[in-house]
Amino acid sequence: MPVADPMLIPRAEGLYCPAGDFFIDPVRPVAKALITHGHADHARAGHGAVLATRQTLDIMALRYGAEFAQTQQAAEGAVRIGDVTVSFHPAGHVLGSAQICVAAQGGRVVVTGDYTRTPNAACAPWEPVPCDILVTEATFALPVFCHPDPMGEIAKLLESVAKFPERAHLVGAYALGKAQRVIMLLRAAGYDAPIYLHGALQKLCDYHIAQGVALGDLRPATVARGRKGDFAGAIILAPPSAFAATWAQRFPDPVICFASGWMMVRARARQRGVELPLVISDHVDWPQLTQTIAELDPAETWITHGREEALMRWCALEGRAARPLRLVGYEDEPE
Amino acid sequence: MITGFAELLERLAFTPRRNLKLAHLSAYFAATPDPDRGYALAALTGDLELRAVTPSLLRGLVAERVDPELFALSYDFVGDLAETIALIWPGDSDAAEVALSDLVTELAGSAKAELPERIAARLDAMAPSQRYAYLKLATGGLRVGVSARLARQAVAGFGGLDLAEIEEIWHGLAPPYVDLFAWAEGGPKPVSAARAPFRPVMLSTPTDEDALAALDPGDFMAEWKWDGIRVQAVSEGGTRRLYSRTGDDISTAFPDVIAAMRFEGALDGELLVRRGQDVAPFGDLQTRLGRKKVSAKMLESHPAAFRAYDLLLWEGRDWRKEPFVTRRAALEAAVEGLGEARIDLSPLLAFETWAELAALRRDPPAAVIEGLMIKHRASPYLAGRIKGHWFKWKRDPMLVDAVLLYAQRGHGKRSGYYSDFTFGLWHEGALVPVGKAYFGFTDAELRALDRFVRDNTIDRFGPVRAVKPEKVVEVAFEGLNRSSRHKSGVAMRFPRISRIRDDKPAREADHLSVLLEVLAAQEAG
Repeated sequence: MPVADPMLIPRAEGLYCPAGDFFIDPVRPVAKALITHGHADHARAGHGAVLATRQTLDIMALRYGAEFAQTQQAAEGAVRIGDVTVSFHPAGHVLGSAQICVAAQGGRVVVTGDYTRTPNAACAPWEPVPCDILVTEATFALPVFCHPDPMGEIAKLLESVAKFPERAHLVGAYALGKAQRVIMLLRAAGYDAPIYLHGALQKLCDYHIAQGVALGDLRPATVARGRKGDFAGAIILAPPSAFAATWAQRFPDPVICFASGWMMVRARARQRGVELPLVISDHVDWPQLTQTIAELDPAETWITHGREEALMRWCALEGRAARPLRLVGYEDEPE
Repeated sequence: MITGFAELLERLAFTPRRNLKLAHLSAYFAATPDPDRGYALAALTGDLELRAVTPSLLRGLVAERVDPELFALSYDFVGDLAETIALIWPGDSDAAEVALSDLVTELAGSAKAELPERIAARLDAMAPSQRYAYLKLATGGLRVGVSARLARQAVAGFGGLDLAEIEEIWHGLAPPYVDLFAWAEGGPKPVSAARAPFRPVMLSTPTDEDALAALDPGDFMAEWKWDGIRVQAVSEGGTRRLYSRTGDDISTAFPDVIAAMRFEGALDGELLVRRGQDVAPFGDLQTRLGRKKVSAKMLESHPAAFRAYDLLLWEGRDWRKEPFVTRRAALEAAVEGLGEARIDLSPLLAFETWAELAALRRDPPAAVIEGLMIKHRASPYLAGRIKGHWFKWKRDPMLVDAVLLYAQRGHGKRSGYYSDFTFGLWHEGALVPVGKAYFGFTDAELRALDRFVRDNTIDRFGPVRAVKPEKVVEVAFEGLNRSSRHKSGVAMRFPRISRIRDDKPAREADHLSVLLEVLAAQEAG
C-alpha cells in the first residue's frame, strides 16, 4: 500500500527516489540514473552512474559514445540500491525497453516507461508487474486512440507498392524501434525483397541484427549512381526529418508514408504531408492502457507524460485514485 | 456504397495534388453507378442539405455513450466532430455494406424524432472509416480539400464537358444529378429548370504597388472596394433572387432589396446597409445577415441597399463576353434608368498613374471602404479567380500592440501547440481582453509562442492557460465592431498576430482608448 513517505517524487530533473537517491529517466544530468529505454528524451548522456538493461546501455553507447556516463551497470535480477530493491521487466516498446519496479517494505511502484502490449517482433513482449502504485505513460490516452492491427497497415503499404510500381515508397520511421518494427512487420507479411535504409537508421538496424532480430536483406538508400528509376517500386525507410531535406529528391515521385500512432488523426497526417498514413504505434492505445490499469488494479495510478487529463478523468469515473505528475522534458508527441 | 465513398474521402484527404484529386474523383464517378455517385457529388459540393442532422444532434447521441469530458478532450485533440465521433463510437463492427442512396433517403425521410435512433443504429453497424464517411455525408462540410468548384471540374473532366457550362446550369440541377451524369456520358445537356439562376462570379487576385508597376495604368479602371458582402442580384421572368458570391440564396433576409429589383437581368454588386448616402459599418449589415425573417423595425433601422459593380445580363442580352468598359457603360445606363434609391452605382475613380491611385487608397472618403478594385478595361466577365483581369488592392490593416493573456491548444493539426491566443490592451491600469487570434504567425513564431506559453503559465482553466502578461504582439485587423459580448465593448474583424514584439515591454503596449477612438471615427463616417 502507499506509504506516508512517497517512494518516488516528481522533481525538475525527473522522477526521484529518496530512499535509493536515484532518478528514473532524468532529463538533466544527475548522480544516479535508472533508464527505462534508449529513446533520447528518456536516455540522456552525462549522468554519473547509469543502471539499465544491457541492450539499453548498448544503445546509449551507440548514440552517445561509450563514455556516456561515468559508470554503467546492466540490470540483472533484483538490485539493491539504498533502502529499496529495483528490478527491470520487459515493456514491449523497443529493444531493451523495460518497466522499472521499485520495491521497499512499504510497497511496490512500477514505472512503465513507454510500453505497448501489441506484439512486437523486434523486442521482448510487455509483461504485467503487480504493484501498489503504477506510474504510467499516457501518450495515447484519449478514447479515440484504438490502434488497428499493424498487419492491416502493412497490407495497405504493400497494396500501394503494387499499385504504383513506378514510384518509391518512403516510410518515415524513427531510428530506434519503429524502423525495426516496420521491417519485421514487412517480413512477417512475406515481403522478402531488399529494404533500403537512410544512413541514420543503419547503426541501430545493425545492432538489432547482432541481437538476433532477423531483419533480412537491408541495403543503403545512398546509391552513388543516383539514377531516379533505381528505387522505383522499392520501400525505403528514413527518419521523418529526411523528407524535408534534399535527400528525398533522389527518389522517383515518392509516396510519403509515415508509421506512427498519430496517423489515426487525419489532420496530423495532412500536417506532415503524408500521402499514406500507417497507424503503427509502439505505445499502449486507450483500450490497452485502461485494460492495464484495470488488470493490475494498483491502489494509485500516477501519470508521467502525455494526455493526462483524459486518463485522470477515466480513473475518476472508475473510482480509482490517480494523480498527474506533469513531468516536463519528455516529448509530448514522440513516435 | 458507403465503403467506396469512405475510400474516396480517404484518398482525397491525403492527396495534396489537385490533379491527383481530380483523377481520384473521375475514377470514382466512372466506377460508381447512379444514384450513389450523384449523392457523393452533392456531399462534396455542399448541396445535400440534410439540415436536420445538426452537430448538436450528434453530440447528443455521443453523450449517451461516452463521458462528455472524455469526448470534449478527444474533440479538442482531433479537431473534427465527425472524425471524433467515428473514432470514439463504442463497438467495432465489421463493415456492413449499404448504398449511399439508402442512407440519404433515410436521413431525408425520417421524422426529426426518429433521426437520432436511426443514425445510432447505422453507426453501430459500421467500422470507423465508414462512420466517418456517413457522418460527413449527413452533416456536409467534408473538409477533404475539395471545393464545390473542383468537384464540378471533376465532372467536367470525367465527361469532357466545359466547366463554365456546368456552373451555369448547376443551380437548376438537384441531387443525385442523374441527368448531369447522363450528359457527361454522352446524353443530352440538361435544361436548367431554375428560374433566375446564379451565374458564376468573377473574382479578383490581390495586388500591391510593386506588382502594379509592371502594368500600364491606361489599361485599367478602378473603383472602391466596399466593405459589405458581394452579391448577385438576379431578376428574370418575375423571379427575383439575391445570391451570395458562393451562390447561396439570401433573398429572404433582404426583402427591401428584392422589392427594389424592378428589372430584367443579373447585376453584380455589393450589399450594404445605407442610410441616405451614408454607408453603415459592416457590423450593421451583419445584424441583418442570416435571418429568416426581418422585422419591420429592423428594415427601418438597418435599410439594405445594392451598389452595382457590373452587368451580366440585361433585358434578354448576355453581356458577359463584352469587355469591362462596354459593360460598365451599359451598367451606368441601366442603373440610371431604374431610378431606384436602393440601387446605385459604385463610382469609378479618376487616375492617370498608379501613384495617384495609391494616394486615393491612402485616404478613402469613407470608413467602410476596404481598398480598391482595379479592373482591366478589356476583361470579359469570367467565372472564378482568373489572374490578370481583376485585382484587389486592400487598404493596410490597422495595428495595435497587445499583450498575450491566455492561450489554448489548437485544434487538428495544431493540437500539439498553444496556437489560440487571447490578447489584451491597457484600460484604467489593467489589461482587458480585446480579442483572439489563431494565425498570422510563421511556424517558427508559433513554436516560440508555444514555448513562451509553456514556460510562463501562471494558471490553468481546463484547456486554457493564463500566462504572465509579458509578451507583446502586434495584432493586425481589418476593422472594429461594437460588441456587447466582449468585456471591452469592441470586436475586431479578422485579427491576426502580425509580429512578435520582443523589443517592447508590456507596459508600453497600447491602450483600449486607441480602439475606441477608431470606432468613434468609423461611426462618424
